[in-house]
Amino acid sequence: MPTYTMRVFRGDARRGDFREYHVETAEGMVVLDVIHRIQATQAHDLACRWNCKAGKCGSCSAEINGKPRLMCMTRMDTLAEGAPITVAPIRTFPLIRDLVTDVSYNYEKAKTVPPLRLKPPDPDGRYRMMQEDIDRIQEFHKCIECFLCQDVCHVIRDHDLKRQFAGPRFFIKIAALDMHPLDTRNRTEFAAREAGIGLCNITTCCTEVCPEGIHITDNGIIPMKERRADDYDPIVWLLRKFRGQRPEPA
Amino acid sequence: MAVEYETHEHDVIVIGAGGAGLRAAIEAAAQGVSVGLVCKSLLGKAHTVMAEGGIAAALGNVWPEDNWQVHFRDTMRGGKMLNNWRMAQLHAQEAPERVLELERWGALFDRTKDGLILQRDFGGHRYARLAHVGDRTGLEMIRTLQYHAIHQGIDVYMECKVERLLRDGERIRGAFGYWRNTGAFVLFKAKAVVLATGGIGKIYEITSNSWEYTGDGHAAALWAGADLIDMEFVQFHPTGMVWPPSVRGIVVTEGVRGDGGTLRNNQGERFMFRYVPEFFKAETADNEAEADRWYEDKRNNRITPDLLPRDEVARAINAEVKAGRGSPHGGVFLDIGTRRPPDYIKKRLPSMYHQFKELAGVDITKETMEVGPTCHYVMGGVRVDADTTQSTVPGLFAAGEVAGGLHGSNRLGGNSLSDLLVFGRRAGLYAALYAKDLGGRVVVDTAQVEAIARELLEPFTRPWNENPYAIQAELQETMQDLVRIIRTESELRHALRKIDGLKDRAKKVRVEGGRTYNPGWHTALDLRSLLTVAECVTLAAIERKESRGGHTRDDYPKTEAEWGKENVVVRQKNGTIQIAREPLPEMPAELRRLFEEKK
Repeated sequence: MPTYTMRVFRGDARRGDFREYHVETAEGMVVLDVIHRIQATQAHDLACRWNCKAGKCGSCSAEINGKPRLMCMTRMDTLAEGAPITVAPIRTFPLIRDLVTDVSYNYEKAKTVPPLRLKPPDPDGRYRMMQEDIDRIQEFHKCIECFLCQDVCHVIRDHDLKRQFAGPRFFIKIAALDMHPLDTRNRTEFAAREAGIGLCNITTCCTEVCPEGIHITDNGIIPMKERRADDYDPIVWLLRKFRGQRPEPA
Repeated sequence: MAVEYETHEHDVIVIGAGGAGLRAAIEAAAQGVSVGLVCKSLLGKAHTVMAEGGIAAALGNVWPEDNWQVHFRDTMRGGKMLNNWRMAQLHAQEAPERVLELERWGALFDRTKDGLILQRDFGGHRYARLAHVGDRTGLEMIRTLQYHAIHQGIDVYMECKVERLLRDGERIRGAFGYWRNTGAFVLFKAKAVVLATGGIGKIYEITSNSWEYTGDGHAAALWAGADLIDMEFVQFHPTGMVWPPSVRGIVVTEGVRGDGGTLRNNQGERFMFRYVPEFFKAETADNEAEADRWYEDKRNNRITPDLLPRDEVARAINAEVKAGRGSPHGGVFLDIGTRRPPDYIKKRLPSMYHQFKELAGVDITKETMEVGPTCHYVMGGVRVDADTTQSTVPGLFAAGEVAGGLHGSNRLGGNSLSDLLVFGRRAGLYAALYAKDLGGRVVVDTAQVEAIARELLEPFTRPWNENPYAIQAELQETMQDLVRIIRTESELRHALRKIDGLKDRAKKVRVEGGRTYNPGWHTALDLRSLLTVAECVTLAAIERKESRGGHTRDDYPKTEAEWGKENVVVRQKNGTIQIAREPLPEMPAELRRLFEEKK
């Protein structure tokens, strides 16, 4: 069984540094298993979040050798055995302790997104949607809210524009609602004024770290930026509303 | 010495924010009362997020023959008739409307060609019945509820763990716990409490359940004087991953079999045909050709035995492995790669494809999966009134996995998500009505609260040095080895003795570090409920001297008609857990007829 040297961040908002742990691993182990092993045997109070351990809940986000990833989906055998492996909390959010950060910013932004406003049903009282019309939105619904895209976004990470910027997670949330066949609201103005989509300069970092492989930039953000340009033409906007047409996804 | 704590007051507090808790909170808020939603993880991370296959509801979109009576009948038969008939009836009747409501709140289920909600096949269901989104239905459900809930004026307390319910004489008065982030204590005063805390799967070593499933709600209800029923019935999902060791127990959705996958032993045999019990013989295919035709034509063919209820399949896999016909790592083979095209598999089962590829290095479109039973669900729970979900303690309501009765001795796949919606809504509704009726102010005994707080701090100052993780691991080993799929009295008694020993050691746990986000301390506190529910399961398993559903006794292998009329009830009196046998509510004649007619 290979033994790894793990350099895990220990500390809180005031102070902290990396501490080394030596851990024996077994076949198939992921970084989260190693963290749990350290917890059970060497540092009972090592703080980390996790739930499903299967890449479905998005709780165990961390920066592993500097890369934002889910600990539960990072196999040890994909990391080099010789060199120490660093595990750090996601940097963009205030640290609570060890690997746990305060991600409440995301929950605050979630509340600001205008919810679905339902159109009336078909005459028989049912709602019909064609699969091809919802494929793209189902892609956005795959989001597990790991907030890795938020962590890596320059606007939040480097420029700390949290107040005026909702971040990629919420751009695809807005996109999903705007493209929803049963929704009647227009969020273009919201995306520009409240969510700050104009601040995004499409570096695609968010897309690169998404563990669900959602095409955040290409399928979510860019079409929304284009729509925003279109929607500034009030006649186009009115016509679209009048005919009940929805903007075409790219 | 006074202990510091903050206080919040609501008409209703809901503990747990999975499907049942969210749905309860939404409904209570809709009644115009003040609602607090308390959850121990971040919002949207509860166990519901892991549900894969779908929500069972007789919408009749794929098979117009389907209706609530057929769903009711399947549910009762799946539970070997031990279900609370009224819960099963309400569940089958209301599930379709609850699914449609989710759609109106923005959920996007996979579609039929006509644009309606598509439904898939699942074990024990006569017709394709599960509304789904690929194999990530739980995610769609929890996100929909979560984003609906945040606009309803509900106060959400995230990463907040409730340790005890508070009572004043007969009635519930609130709950007490701590913030995980800071370790600070928090008192919730409330007229009504809804428990929606999920299950107990963390008492087992091989489990599909996350760290959260420590039986908090079951234990807190018991300590507060509520009855638990059916605690002997633990569901082992037949298909958990078995290799590599780090993923052991993670569920492989029943949707794999629903979508055409089949189980094979190491001889390549589809062994389930040898395990069809008498109870299901008339309705189950007895040859491969018929079983395969059934997927397309349900009118003229009987269901494949691969989709027998979970208890049957889990026992069959267990027996195959024991007989030496298992896979290299102690499971059996699940094959969909040779039976369905790769594109179909990737579209229908994207998470399964991803999960096996990433975690096990297996391409399920080409290779077979290795699977074996994993602890998945507890049928038992708080005894509730079917219509109102109120427990035997006034003001205490329970919905979802923490409540008992709906699933009898075995739950059908897909019936959990529908359970959360149907009874989550009912719990929220009746808790709100109760709170409105009650009026007045809630007064809490501060001495009681301070005593609890001091007890919760004990692990920091004890003179001993027991490791909380080690005790949890030993409990899991004990349950895995001795309170197994197949049980026997001597082993169950042995387990009880071990649990007693662990209880003593748990009192000597010492934790290092401070109160800020300290998982060692959290684990130390969880031990109390883990050990309590382990004891409940074991005691109830000793009491039921027959085999039925999720309770199989090697020493009493038959299903006994007499036992089919009784629940095992667990309650705490004067500090000790007591066991009783009490009669099941009797099903009215018009519903009984559904089981007499030959379908």
